[in-house]
Amino acid sequence: MADLSSTFAGIRSPNPFWLASGPPTNCGEQIQRAFEAGWGGAVWKTLGDPIVNVSSRYSSVDWNGQRMMGLNNIELITDRPLETNLREITEVKKRFPQHAVIASIMVDSNREAWHTIVKRCEDAGADGLELNFGCPHGMSERGMGSAVGQVPDYACMITEWVKEVARTPVLVKLTPNVTDIRMVARAAKRAGADALSAINTINSITGIDLDTLTPRPNVGGMSSHGGYCGPAVKPIALHLIQQIAADPQAVLPLSGIGGISGWREAAEFILLGCGTVQVCTAAMHHGYRIVEDMIDGLSNWMDDKGFRTIEDFRGLSVPKITEWKHLDLNYKIVARINRETCIGCDLCYIACWDGAHQCIHFDARPPAGITVTPVSRPEALRATGGPTPPARIPHVDETECVGCNLCWLVCPVENCISMAKIDTGAPPQSWAQRTEA
Amino acid sequence: MTASSVVPANLERFPDLHPALDSQSAVAEANRCLFCYDAPCTAACPTHIDVPRFIRKIGSGNLRGSALTILDANILGLSCSRVCPVDVLCEGSCVMHRYNKKPIEIGRLQRYAIEHGKASIACPAPGDAALNVACVGGGPASLSCAAELRRHGARVTVFDNRPLPGGLNTYGVAEYKLRPTDSLREVEMIRAMGVEFRQAEIGGAIPLSQLEAEFDFIFIGVGLGAMDRLGIPGDQLPGVIDALRFIERYKTQPSFAPGRTVIVIGGGNTAIDAANAAVRLGAQDVHLFYRRTPNEMPAFPFEYDHAKIEGVRFHWLAKPIAVVEVAGRAAAVRFANTRLTGPAGDGRQTIEVIPDSEYEVACDTVIPALGQSRLTSTLHLEINGSSVAVDRPTGRTSNPKYYAGGDCVNGGREVVDAVADGKRAALGMLSNGMAKHG
Repeated sequence: MADLSSTFAGIRSPNPFWLASGPPTNCGEQIQRAFEAGWGGAVWKTLGDPIVNVSSRYSSVDWNGQRMMGLNNIELITDRPLETNLREITEVKKRFPQHAVIASIMVDSNREAWHTIVKRCEDAGADGLELNFGCPHGMSERGMGSAVGQVPDYACMITEWVKEVARTPVLVKLTPNVTDIRMVARAAKRAGADALSAINTINSITGIDLDTLTPRPNVGGMSSHGGYCGPAVKPIALHLIQQIAADPQAVLPLSGIGGISGWREAAEFILLGCGTVQVCTAAMHHGYRIVEDMIDGLSNWMDDKGFRTIEDFRGLSVPKITEWKHLDLNYKIVARINRETCIGCDLCYIACWDGAHQCIHFDARPPAGITVTPVSRPEALRATGGPTPPARIPHVDETECVGCNLCWLVCPVENCISMAKIDTGAPPQSWAQRTEA
Repeated sequence: MTASSVVPANLERFPDLHPALDSQSAVAEANRCLFCYDAPCTAACPTHIDVPRFIRKIGSGNLRGSALTILDANILGLSCSRVCPVDVLCEGSCVMHRYNKKPIEIGRLQRYAIEHGKASIACPAPGDAALNVACVGGGPASLSCAAELRRHGARVTVFDNRPLPGGLNTYGVAEYKLRPTDSLREVEMIRAMGVEFRQAEIGGAIPLSQLEAEFDFIFIGVGLGAMDRLGIPGDQLPGVIDALRFIERYKTQPSFAPGRTVIVIGGGNTAIDAANAAVRLGAQDVHLFYRRTPNEMPAFPFEYDHAKIEGVRFHWLAKPIAVVEVAGRAAAVRFANTRLTGPAGDGRQTIEVIPDSEYEVACDTVIPALGQSRLTSTLHLEINGSSVAVDRPTGRTSNPKYYAGGDCVNGGREVVDAVADGKRAALGMLSNGMAKHG
């Protein structure tokens, strides 16, 4: 049985699954229920000076009949009194001393203000601090959140202020709304941050109501850009995590965030170097109970792979990402279509012709005649089911196939198209090697 | 769309066989479609509706575009969505079958698109040189032919001898598949395209010679004639009513009831429709007698299954010998047992009667469903077998002024086949007319 316990930048938790700062961590009652459901830690919804929220705060992108592929919000930091939140932090830590409670904080760019909030959170019993340099909407207009995270010097300065007084580990939460996330990550590291969390939400407008022409969410006929999250952002988050993990000047213990809704995504973030992962949208969609399968699934996968602890596989995929110029130009694969399982939808054919390299072909099809409804019994039987007509089964010209994978990606039938490795006889050679020579 | 019926009680007695989809399930079902390239469902449709295209438009919320995609290929797309035997057409050819998945519900999606698409088809006004065409018969073949001609600017008049146009769509389709009001809605759409409808008996009040003088072309879409008689003693007694007249009567006469025990004779889809209807109309015992076995029965397997669920009892290898009269009415049918004696020339098993095997079954109504006679004798057109002979791609008959399609050409197939015939004939006339007018 795998051991999921985690020590992240000195913060202990029973597992690496933390709730990210957001609506699911708004109050102590919620966080206690989350810990009962199995979450290992929680980052409290950002504490700071009092704000007022708008009504109508979220909007989403549905895809192909599924709800909330991506979620967008224009909610600000906590709208509860600081004293209440601090009292509840103390209560939660008393009931759940083994679980990680991190205080997310954001105040005006003023040394005094930061010193005060750091001390009050630590006095309340927080196990660590997460500096919210990522919130991209509302707070950024007031010079906080991503307004700090987009300027390495500001991020460095505020992190230094915090580190002047902090006794607990300090995480800096990064915004993806920058051209190179490593610049801010390096600044945080220079300032003495203990860990980084990434990513915060991505600037977004999710869509427009085509009847009213008002973008969503609709706040009295107007909208505003929000922060995008949910399954849609995972690939972006993974890339940014990898950028930091592979940069010696930036790398610190990483808490991965962005589109994690199950154990598979969690494993991916850990394979790219994360020590903990944080979840928000999936818990908003389905409730805290999703953590049960995250724990169970990750644990079973680790058993299957022979990993005893999180550290056993953390970062194993980082060295498998390199610059394009180091990829082997003589590695060759081609598509193969299994004639037994092909159902004749011919999506691979049109994808190859219109979207790829024109190397999938048919044998000549019989000319179309006049179609009539089968009325006799044998005619009717022929009309349903039966094997795929040979004329509908495409084949690949392997001499022309560039191995782009597109047909394999569009094929709806599992294992019908496979990409087979071809031995070209040529030794591996990268672009870098070729241009050196 | 509110449901209505000529006979209001039928709404309850004959609820939709396949209920309409609501918008969420329609979008979910549409999103299941793989959007096959050169899709087999489109090839399997006699009118070649671009099925993946109209389904994709349902998924995108472009319902008017979806409806127009359907109507562009098949002007009777609504009735076809209800009456087509989709299991042996579009849905039968769906690639999902080969992936152990349920085929896409193309028929129900098609109904959804048309009922919600609010599509109307704009047609050019007929110019001075426009073709002038008479369509004889008001059923699906003529309606399709007329609509296609109007879309190309021709002038069209449809002649039908019944009070309501629509042919079998109005009078002959089982009520749980299509109601007369739905058929008439399609007629109204075609009328709005500029087609003129006239009730008249061609060959009677209006002689063919008059049509020949007045019109450039004449399309014959008269369907088939009356149903065949049993040809046994008593087959004209009160209480004997053929399946098509039976269906027409329950669809149009509110007080019609078939009695307690009903005997249906025949093994085709119309026999099944009549037997199911008898059950819904309150008959306690409905027996269907067929002289061969289930293996030879021409009805589609899903129709047979449906009738079994309705409670119709099937009796095989039974040939009617006589209808027995009591007090001037049919009171029973005398049957003899048969046996199969091996394949005949057309591959169908021939039968012989087993001597001394006769028995009687009492009943209140006898419904023969043996097929329809041909109406072609008065037309002076070349006949192939007992159907009007045409050049299939153009519908042109032996007389270049006449085109034909639908049941009178194909011997009695589905609505969708009649629509395809009518459309081909319209295009045939248009290209012929073009050549004529230079």
